Amino acid sequence: MSTPVVRLRNAVVVQSHFPLLSGVDLDLEPGSLTLLTGPNGAGKTSLLRLLGGLVPLTSGEATVLGHDLSGGDARWLRRRVGWLGHEASFYQDLTVRQNLVFAARALERPLEAINPALERVGLEARGDVTTRLLSAGQRRRVALAWLLIRRAELWLLDEPYASLDDEGRVFFDQLLADVQAAGATIVMSAHDPLRSLTLAPTLIRLVGGRVVPS
Amino acid sequence: MIAVAWLVARKDLAIELRSRVLLWQVVPFGLLALLLAGLALGPSLAGHSSSAPGLFYLVTLFTALLMVARSQAVEHTPGTRASVATLGLDPAGVFLGKSFALMIELWVTGLVLLAGTVVLLHTSLVGTVHALPSVLLALGALACAGTLYGALTAGVDGPATLLPVLALPAFAPLLVAGERSFSAALHGGGLWEWWVIVTVTLVGYLAAGILLYGVLEES
Repeated sequence: MSTPVVRLRNAVVVQSHFPLLSGVDLDLEPGSLTLLTGPNGAGKTSLLRLLGGLVPLTSGEATVLGHDLSGGDARWLRRRVGWLGHEASFYQDLTVRQNLVFAARALERPLEAINPALERVGLEARGDVTTRLLSAGQRRRVALAWLLIRRAELWLLDEPYASLDDEGRVFFDQLLADVQAAGATIVMSAHDPLRSLTLAPTLIRLVGGRVVPS
Repeated sequence: MIAVAWLVARKDLAIELRSRVLLWQVVPFGLLALLLAGLALGPSLAGHSSSAPGLFYLVTLFTALLMVARSQAVEHTPGTRASVATLGLDPAGVFLGKSFALMIELWVTGLVLLAGTVVLLHTSLVGTVHALPSVLLALGALACAGTLYGALTAGVDGPATLLPVLALPAFAPLLVAGERSFSAALHGGGLWEWWVIVTVTLVGYLAAGILLYGVLEES
């Protein structure tokens, strides 16, 4: 059996005296696709942020991509995850291409990866447009191009279908299938589990900051 | 660290070049504030160049606050902070890069305001040119201090109002040293002690920023 990409034991996250996660146990295998479901405030986003090293672990044990989250600097882990949040995730006053160049240089990725990523998300003709001027769906696609350039080992996607039209959703399902086939591990939250079920994910239901039986 | 600093500085300057906030909002505000400062003093005092260095630095501090707030705001639009955090950039490099970009922007604004001081407050052109090196040094220190305090207030509620409350007292030594060195350049007098104060302040804020910026970002 392979080493889990994610291993959580009684993981607790508290911020401003408010418990975001109240003791989560979780094991995720390499190359798996996991769908987090649950009502608003259940802890889906908090769990994704914990896995990305974006919120500190308060207590319990958590290991992601071999990195112990209870120990110091999370920058090593952050460089290995791809994060797609609710909102547009880049600099609005830069062009699409300037944003991607910034990300590629920051991650020491080749700039040659930018044009294929733009073509893949259907924005090859929008590279020199200021990001602020794009529609919400197009900005979502820019974020996906950013993720493609990253070649992350662990994809953390918070409501990835938001702002995408039907064509965009079909495209996104295909993209996820390709990413999974390439060996990446995917964890995502979605309000529309039926859409994601076409990809046969493992379902995990969160309620009140805990994993409950689906 | 240097590579990250260069990357971040180029990004911040590119954002400024595209958005033109400095050109169309900050510089006009500074010139208007300088004009209003002269009007508030009245014609007899506004034409008296002894008040000009203090007014120049006071207006520069206010414009610097706008630029610091802007510099941090671009990092904290919804979603951007988390995505950029996953780039795992060296925080010391981010601090240096943002400080460098802010310094360039402050230099541009400072040069325009110095010209405004000559035109609106009637300082001598030769004396103002003599003051230029000390002004550039003081603005460099201001950029480092501003970047540090900008990060300190960026993560809290109401950063636009908290920033002046926290940063202006910290900027006060730079205001005093800058005003004294500008006055000395205009009217003659010892300059070196003010240079020492500004240089020590600059080095202090640089060191503090390199050491603490990561902590401030995470908090």
